[in-house]
Amino acid sequence: MIRFLLNQELRTENDLDPNVTVLNYLRENLGKSGTKEGCASGDCGACTVVVGELVEERIRYRTLNACLTFVSALDGKQLITVEGLKHQGQMHSVQQAMVDCHGSQCGFCTPGFVMSLFALQKNSPQHDKAAAEEALAGNLCRCTGYRPILEAAASSCTAAPRDQFDQQYEQTLARLRDIQPSGTSTLNCAGNQSFAPLTVADLAQLYQDNPEARLLAGGTDLALEVTQMHRSLPVMIYVGNVAELKQVETFDDRIEIGAAVPLTDCYDVLAREYPDFGAMLHRFASLQIRNQGTLGGNIGNASPIGDSPPALLTLDAQIVLRQGSSTRTIALADYFVDYRVTVRQEAEFIEKIIVPRAQGRDSFRVYKISKRLDDDISAVCGAFDLRVADGQITDARVAFGGMAAIPKRASRCEQALIGKPWNQATIDAAAKALGEDFTPLSDFRASREYRALIAANLLRKYFLELSTPQLATRVTDYV
Amino acid sequence: MALVRQDLQTGVGRKIPHESAAKHVSGEAVYIDDRLEFPNQLHVYARLSDRPHARILSIDTSPCYEIPGVRIAITSQDVPGQLDIGAVAPGDPLLADGKVEYVGQPVIAVAANSLENARRAAMAAVIEYEDLEAVLSVEEALKKKHFVLDSHQHKRGDSARALAAAPHRLQGKLHIGGQEHFYLETQISSVIPTEDDGMIVYTSSQNPTEVQKLVAEVLDVPMHKVVIDMRRMGGGFGGKETQAAGPACLCAVIARLTGQPTKMRLPRVDDMMMTGKRHPFYVEYDVGYDDNGRLHGIDLVLAGNCGYSPDLSGSIVDRAMFHSDNAYYLGDATVTGHRCKTNTASNTAYRGFGGPQGMVAIEYIMDDIARTLGKDPLDVRKHNYYGKAERNVTHYYQTVEDNMLDEMTAELEASSEYQQRRQAITAFNRANSILKKGIALTPVKFGISFTATFLNQAGALVHVYTDGSIHLNHGGTEMGQGLNTKVAQIVAEEFQVDIDRIQITATNTDKVPNTSPTAASSGTDLNGKAAQNAARTIRGRLVTFAAAHFKVSEEDIEFRNGHVRIRDKVMPFDELIQLAYFNQISLSSTGFYRTPKIYYDRDQARGRPFYYYAYGAACSEVLLDTLTGEYRMLRTDILHDVGASLNPAIDIGQVEGGFVQGMGWLTMEELNWNAQGKLTTNSPASYKIPAVADMPADLRVRLVENRKNPEDTVFHSKAVGEPPFMLGISVWCALKDAIASVADYRFSPHVDAPATPERVLWGVEQMKQAMAQASVTEQI
Repeated sequence: MIRFLLNQELRTENDLDPNVTVLNYLRENLGKSGTKEGCASGDCGACTVVVGELVEERIRYRTLNACLTFVSALDGKQLITVEGLKHQGQMHSVQQAMVDCHGSQCGFCTPGFVMSLFALQKNSPQHDKAAAEEALAGNLCRCTGYRPILEAAASSCTAAPRDQFDQQYEQTLARLRDIQPSGTSTLNCAGNQSFAPLTVADLAQLYQDNPEARLLAGGTDLALEVTQMHRSLPVMIYVGNVAELKQVETFDDRIEIGAAVPLTDCYDVLAREYPDFGAMLHRFASLQIRNQGTLGGNIGNASPIGDSPPALLTLDAQIVLRQGSSTRTIALADYFVDYRVTVRQEAEFIEKIIVPRAQGRDSFRVYKISKRLDDDISAVCGAFDLRVADGQITDARVAFGGMAAIPKRASRCEQALIGKPWNQATIDAAAKALGEDFTPLSDFRASREYRALIAANLLRKYFLELSTPQLATRVTDYV
Repeated sequence: MALVRQDLQTGVGRKIPHESAAKHVSGEAVYIDDRLEFPNQLHVYARLSDRPHARILSIDTSPCYEIPGVRIAITSQDVPGQLDIGAVAPGDPLLADGKVEYVGQPVIAVAANSLENARRAAMAAVIEYEDLEAVLSVEEALKKKHFVLDSHQHKRGDSARALAAAPHRLQGKLHIGGQEHFYLETQISSVIPTEDDGMIVYTSSQNPTEVQKLVAEVLDVPMHKVVIDMRRMGGGFGGKETQAAGPACLCAVIARLTGQPTKMRLPRVDDMMMTGKRHPFYVEYDVGYDDNGRLHGIDLVLAGNCGYSPDLSGSIVDRAMFHSDNAYYLGDATVTGHRCKTNTASNTAYRGFGGPQGMVAIEYIMDDIARTLGKDPLDVRKHNYYGKAERNVTHYYQTVEDNMLDEMTAELEASSEYQQRRQAITAFNRANSILKKGIALTPVKFGISFTATFLNQAGALVHVYTDGSIHLNHGGTEMGQGLNTKVAQIVAEEFQVDIDRIQITATNTDKVPNTSPTAASSGTDLNGKAAQNAARTIRGRLVTFAAAHFKVSEEDIEFRNGHVRIRDKVMPFDELIQLAYFNQISLSSTGFYRTPKIYYDRDQARGRPFYYYAYGAACSEVLLDTLTGEYRMLRTDILHDVGASLNPAIDIGQVEGGFVQGMGWLTMEELNWNAQGKLTTNSPASYKIPAVADMPADLRVRLVENRKNPEDTVFHSKAVGEPPFMLGISVWCALKDAIASVADYRFSPHVDAPATPERVLWGVEQMKQAMAQASVTEQI
């Protein structure tokens, strides 16, 4: 059984197939057709909805792609759809702003934009162009060219009037408290079942009892197996309610990030420690995906083109794997074995990620290269960190995504750096050594020749940025 | 009297919001997939070919029926009437008939109680193929003369002699990529069988009458059995001009065979695999020019990649040829267009309809000439502009009248501070080794009218009800462009009533018959005029009636702001309507319009295919990274000509949206097929259209003011749907400018479109190598 608020209405669902996405639930089960399907793969934002979640006794509003969210993730939350915005026959201020700014043409993407604007207004009451662009990066519009929508964002975030969600805030808070799950909740229908444990011990036990289960965190990758590959997932364990997996803890020497912490919640701590990591996270998929997708998932699915692994490999991150009550800590570099193959054993899961702290150094850089700046998958993602003492490179860590079957450290390149003088000749030699580390492939994102060239050029860029800090090197710095 | 003195607030020229804006934002606007479903409605799914070219040896649909919920599985043999649904020429079987010709071609269709069951069942069918040789590249097709239709040529003077005599001469070739429409709403139709063998077809189509005709043909019934209803599309852009017919026809066939309502909505990946796109083009050119860069002669070959069937490729390649001059007098010219056949989806209409490809070719040539002469490309462009009194006849012998580009270019050059920024950019590029800036100002001259002359007609239907409310229908379709809003404004203006009084409902073939597609930017020009004529007919009757009734002359009667003045007497509009009704005056009328003046003699390749031209100019500045090829759009200034704007808010929306779409086509939007002919960029995960951060950081758009269309168009406005698309060419040229800066503008970078970061980086590498070679040569 799951319980949630749909807009202001309490819904209790006992017989829902856990393979049903929120989008299909809304459109097919409930006949609420305001939320649109544009792609069913989390790439267009037409199905954007807002989920209100109880966090530290406040309601936190965040956008999600309904097409990538399984219904089990709604338990204990408020699902806000475009139908819930009009109040007493009056448009919500973000809707009115879209009309006033001529922000819709064909209108099909519009409900998704409206929901992104609604969440933006809730989270960014003062207008901030960067926040608006971030909020809208995951919503595609083919008609307008976006200018009027950005204008609507600006006007709806300037002196936003109190809306019905503000007026009913305390009641909603109380209702959300009432429906918080008190134990493992389950859905069981059509031969498919899902479990949503609250503690890591319960999770470990459930996983041991159901080793064939698929772990569901954000679902931004897993849901594609259902919506795009048309597979059925008979057993899922949703980890998003496990408190221990959602913690971020900072120690003197390290940061520990629970595996189920959404990428959005990793941002502050990682950006503070490593500004470039933060900059890269801004370009990591879309806000909807980052609100949903987790750091653990980005590692766990072992994609060769995940964006966080190259950065984490370069930072010498470790992961804690848990199986039942036993845990082991391994270097992230040892986790990836081959294309989508890892050392993870049956019923074992990633519990947390341990990232060493910068300790005052500012030598870490990560670069993401893709056709489109926002919400695109890397052709190549390269991360670099070097230590230089007395003009000599004493330590070097270089890792790439998109260059091999797994995210991988460039060991030949590193060897060509360590112990050498910090100069152009060393960099050129190390760039050449990348040819021994990697034999990239050609695909629709990039040719192997381009991948090889930009991998080498990123090392050159890294050298320039550290040795000539006043030099402008990034198109993204121009806003 | 005070009311009468006020102007109408919602008539022509006002910034009225889109008629559906309030419904768009609330989710209440109903698209076909949002319609209530009948309990026995079937969902239709098509199994697509996974071969680029193969003979079908056998199809076994019996395994389909093992999936629960399946109602029927059909092949080409089950289509009751004509199998071919080709728009102009045959070549598009509704379901593959004996052979498949591209990966993505529908082979069988299955209907079941859910889309998922239909899909599973369709995948269960066993289809055996024998592979045949596939032609996948346009160059190969050109070499083999593998064409879907005959080639065509425009010829003026003797280009060979002009080329031989010209002071300078250049040859080159260029690939121009295609473009996925990526309408947010995928192709969809739903069909309800009715009595008398009829069908009501709800379809997301730009072309209701053609869907009506094709549904009638596949069912083998007269057209009067089929009613098409089209309220709104979630985007069209040309992609729903012909290719919406397939799902509609499959739904109709299955509705006929089962007697049940049907719906077919294409999943995004299937839509991208199955339907055609903007035509990729391959271009070869040979140009002769003088020291100023002015063209003396040109020999231009435009080879359109049409995919496997003709579809609209005849007219599309024609339009590429018609626009291969863009704004320039070509001198002695031979322009040849080929319609190449490849084993890919049948490429189709897309905003600009071949025009953009022709214009990219000539703009590429302008850049190329400028680099070889060491001139600013803008100077070369201006030297080649059409003259006003001379050098003003196109290579297809239409005189370019009302040419505004000299003035518009001068105005934009000043307002965008082109020359100052050119200098600042040169200084920036000297100071920066990694990042480089580029700038380009490019013009647009776009011919307005269907080049198939007969299509330039439209109808409308206006009812005035006894309470004074007005019901309006026209033959155009609403795909977001604001057509319904503009046509309602026109009717509001004619009756001088508030737009709230006017209700537009779905475009429907039993209201307005024999419609042309809403395409060629013509929607408002044609349907606006037709609706205006309908309104004028009714208004004329009202005037005649009132003059007789009140015994005044017709000149004494004036409609103004919801009222009617009859000499000294003023009465509300609805009062006059009531009075007219009681006096037995007809309050309903059709309206019709055909475009005057236009003709084209294809045998002679000359005529006046276009009623008029729309003009525009854009100046774009970009920043690129010479280590990675990544770039950003820094600023774009646009000046665009819409004549007397019917609705400046909607027109600005078209200009901005068109520009960004054109920019996307030439930058990040890249189609890729694998060696087996499968489209690998078949979803938004792999095919990237511009997102919010891709629009220029600083975008300044203005409409040309106080320039009415000299032709007698509706309220002297100009069409706006397609022309702004080609403003995006400025971004592509600016990127090439930034690349050329790497070699101090001494060499012409060869960069095919789209200029993805990868192609930009290869352009940068070309420049570095050219510099290295040059320095070796100089040392020798």
